[in-house]
Amino acid sequence: MGERDTARVVRQGLAVGLATAAYGVSFGALSVLSGLDVAQTCFLSLVLFSGGSQFALIGVLATGGAAAAGIGVTSAALLGSRNLFYAVRLAPLLRYRPLRALAAAQLTIDESTAVAIAQTEPRLQRLGFWVTGATVYLGWNLTTLIGALLGNLLGDVRAFGLDAAAAAAFLALLWPRLAKRQARAVAAASAVLAAALVPALPAGVPVLLTVVVAIVVGATNLLGPKAAA
Amino acid sequence: MSTWAAVMAASVACLALKVTGYLVPPKLFEPAPARRTLDLLPVALLTGLVVTQAFAAGRAFVLDARVPALAVAAVLLALRAPFLVVVLAAAVVAALLRALT
Repeated sequence: MGERDTARVVRQGLAVGLATAAYGVSFGALSVLSGLDVAQTCFLSLVLFSGGSQFALIGVLATGGAAAAGIGVTSAALLGSRNLFYAVRLAPLLRYRPLRALAAAQLTIDESTAVAIAQTEPRLQRLGFWVTGATVYLGWNLTTLIGALLGNLLGDVRAFGLDAAAAAAFLALLWPRLAKRQARAVAAASAVLAAALVPALPAGVPVLLTVVVAIVVGATNLLGPKAAA
Repeated sequence: MSTWAAVMAASVACLALKVTGYLVPPKLFEPAPARRTLDLLPVALLTGLVVTQAFAAGRAFVLDARVPALAVAAVLLALRAPFLVVVLAAAVVAALLRALT
């Protein structure tokens, strides 16, 4: 029984890891076509290692250029703040000495957290975390490099439709988060706000200001489920 | 800020956020408003990124090949297509429309 559980968790981790790694290709290609070089692109996957934040940084750099770099960094950090929340949840489960703790921190992302907390006992939770995190890390970095090299072979961004691909990538990252009514309301309000601010503010700033919607709805629990404290 | 500076700053900030989560007292995030806000942040930011990436050109609002491409992406997502398929389809639709017009 224990062995069967172990095999099941390993399989689950590998499946999630491989599925995620596959879209490292699109990140690598888009990043190079946004004006980053191959080394910068790979650095992001090695050190930043959080898909949403990486796409956000290159998206803002692509539309706003060097002038928007500060906004790009801030967008990336705000999107990355959810990993802090995951770390808080996983901390009691993953207590290690400094070096291994740093590795655990680096692998703390959507996928590893999801697989870990889906398990019922601590041993399987830790197993799920490490298998998923390591598979995503290795696969994501390998496919980022492949995508970046492919991107170098392609030419003009607009001609190849890669600006549209970036929009689709953000939509795909957003999609699974829209299951609840409150999240859909936040998305609708953020869309209206960002659209209204585009003509008035420099590129990137309208995106940052959507944070206000999250704070207002989060603080008031507008349209949320009746709190089960 | 140079591109390298932006790449390094974003990377360090995001790694620091992950490490911080293991070091802060969990009580800090127990209040429901803080938890809800952290949960909703990616929804708001990603929506903002979809809108600006699909419709903005600098400070102007533009309806071009990106819009039908995004619509195709939405249909594929509703049909539960994998990430890579969605992204590639959007790129192909936009590229074809641009080649034809």
